[in-house]
Amino acid sequence: MKIVLTAREKSIDTEMDPRFGRAPFFVVFDTEWGSYSFLDNEQNLNATQGAGVQAAQNVVKAGADVLITGSCGPKAFQVLQASNVDVVTGDQGLIKEVVERFNRGELKAAQGPDVESHWV
Amino acid sequence: MRIAIASGKGGTGKTTLAVNLALSVDFPVTLVDADVEEPNGIFFLPLEIKKTKDVTIQEPVVNTTRCTSCGACAKACRFNAIAVTPQGALVFTELCHGCGGCLMACPEGAITEHPRVIGSYAEGKKGNLSFIQGELNVGEAMAPPIIREIKEKAAGESMVLIDSPPGTSCPMVTAVNGADYVVLVTEPTPFGLNDLSLAVETVRALNVPFGVVINRDGIGDKGVDEYCSSESIEIIGKIPDDRKIAESYSRGEAAVGIGPGYKALFREIFHKIADRAGEKELS
Amino acid sequence: MKELVIISGKGGTGKTSITASFVVLNAPVVTADCDVDAANLHLVMKPEILRKEEFISGNEAVIRTHDCVRCGRCRAVCRYDAIRYDQESRVYSVNPYGCEGCGVCVDHCPVSAIDFPARHCGASFLSETPYGPMVHAKLDAAGENSGKLVSLIRSRSKEEASKRGYDIVITDGPPGIGCPVIASVTGASLVLIVTEPTVSGMHDMIRVMDLTRHFKIKALVSVNKWDLNPDMAKKIEESAETYGVEKAGRIRYDKGVTTAMVEGRPVVLSETPAADDIRAVWSVVEKHLKAD
Repeated sequence: MKIVLTAREKSIDTEMDPRFGRAPFFVVFDTEWGSYSFLDNEQNLNATQGAGVQAAQNVVKAGADVLITGSCGPKAFQVLQASNVDVVTGDQGLIKEVVERFNRGELKAAQGPDVESHWV
Repeated sequence: MRIAIASGKGGTGKTTLAVNLALSVDFPVTLVDADVEEPNGIFFLPLEIKKTKDVTIQEPVVNTTRCTSCGACAKACRFNAIAVTPQGALVFTELCHGCGGCLMACPEGAITEHPRVIGSYAEGKKGNLSFIQGELNVGEAMAPPIIREIKEKAAGESMVLIDSPPGTSCPMVTAVNGADYVVLVTEPTPFGLNDLSLAVETVRALNVPFGVVINRDGIGDKGVDEYCSSESIEIIGKIPDDRKIAESYSRGEAAVGIGPGYKALFREIFHKIADRAGEKELS
Repeated sequence: MKELVIISGKGGTGKTSITASFVVLNAPVVTADCDVDAANLHLVMKPEILRKEEFISGNEAVIRTHDCVRCGRCRAVCRYDAIRYDQESRVYSVNPYGCEGCGVCVDHCPVSAIDFPARHCGASFLSETPYGPMVHAKLDAAGENSGKLVSLIRSRSKEEASKRGYDIVITDGPPGIGCPVIASVTGASLVLIVTEPTVSGMHDMIRVMDLTRHFKIKALVSVNKWDLNPDMAKKIEESAETYGVEKAGRIRYDKGVTTAMVEGRPVVLSETPAADDIRAVWSVVEKHLKAD
């Protein structure tokens, strides 16, 4: 299974980025291999609009089964749902601890977006 | 001849000037209210308008049975309005700018375009005065397509006054682009001066000749006069600060109705503007 | 953290003077000037710029004339009439003010002669004022996309508020109902609509209330210069009520407001009748802002 989290820096010893669309990096955990890698989400930082949509597209492309982030808007949620990616929102803390909590089954998939559309 | 009336900020008297200019002369004038977010000109005009047309933008619709989720459309879309999922491409219409890029990029012919209404325009006529007003629907964000359409509608007329949206960004630029002359309306205050200087930067960038009309002359300070003289900008006219104008405005009445003095003042301003715009046409 | 956004629909209703006064009454707070098209708040707030951030947004098409084979494909595919052709010099070029940044011409140029550089649209600033930090911006002449800039200013101002532990952000919003306004009110705690007692003020206020209702944002209304037309002021308040928009109080027509502006001073620092009215309006706004 592949788990994707949002990251401010390329380190799992740092805080998870609570933003989804405009987070600079994604960290991709592969539970089967017990490995992880980082992906740039950088093309989004200057996007005129639709950063959430584009970020969701990147997560889908990375082959994710689960996305864990601070909050997720309606458009990104729709893309992830249509691509069968579970979305977990509301948690915070160090990336490695968030993943551990998820692996222990303490985090539940969200049923819907938890923030309003940013509109731009 | 196309004359745009604009200002860096709203509430400086743009509509007051546009309406009174149109009502002060005896030759045919087409007044275009291009302030489509807040069209107000009609309140001051002695005519009725009827909605004549919806304004639409083209919006892509994906035929999911044909879509192979190849991603060509999403790649073509610079506005991040399309995402590709295993169930086909998803279009977020509120992000779509209607450029048609996705449609041209789709190798399967799975995208077609359908019109979506974003606003409308209305028209009216009485005597020498023709009036066109564009209106953006509430919750819609893109004013320029409506402005473009009403400008086109008036393109064949000989004397067109365009009441532009305030500010210096997309809607104002769309309204002012292609005009023979721009009148910038301002108030003689520090806020007015700051907004005027931004508007001047913009019309200079657009390379359209322009002049200034000072509204509510007498309030504030001399900053606008000093700025115009140091920048060699012509002050075409001044409208005095008169509580009678403010009150008639509040009731939705044009200032030319207050008395013959005002009608003469606006006619003089109109002739001066037409002169300047004509110089441009000849050169 | 609470975010109050002051908007007006119609321009020139006194929104900025009222914003500045609210800031003074609550100093220190974070101030955000989201009226990026006609930013005026700095004239009374006297900000000292601490940090400047270039505002890059989207891209624009630029034709490399020496590589262009003059096939006219770009002009045919552009839906914004942004491609010009000069008959005399036989040169195709892009009108940057018409270019939407869609990239269709770039993709369809058969000889790849169109570049697509990032577009510089302006700059945003973090400043220090006597009343706390202020986030503001300046668009380039004819710079586009103020909606995204508005979003940037709002997020920077919230960052600054949480960094300094301030719990209120006061935002001067843009006029109108379009893209910058939507960007400035979505997700705000409370909107104050400042209007004037004129037919235009009434009409524009209704459009703004349609918008706040559409986005489900709580709003209050204040009629500025109400004594110019007392009947209209009353009508405005009544029509607001039908929208469930409560009155925040009226502000009288007072030349002292213009005098304060000329002196570059927030109105509430002057001894003038309108200053008392603004204080009274704030006390109503404060109650709503701090509720729930």
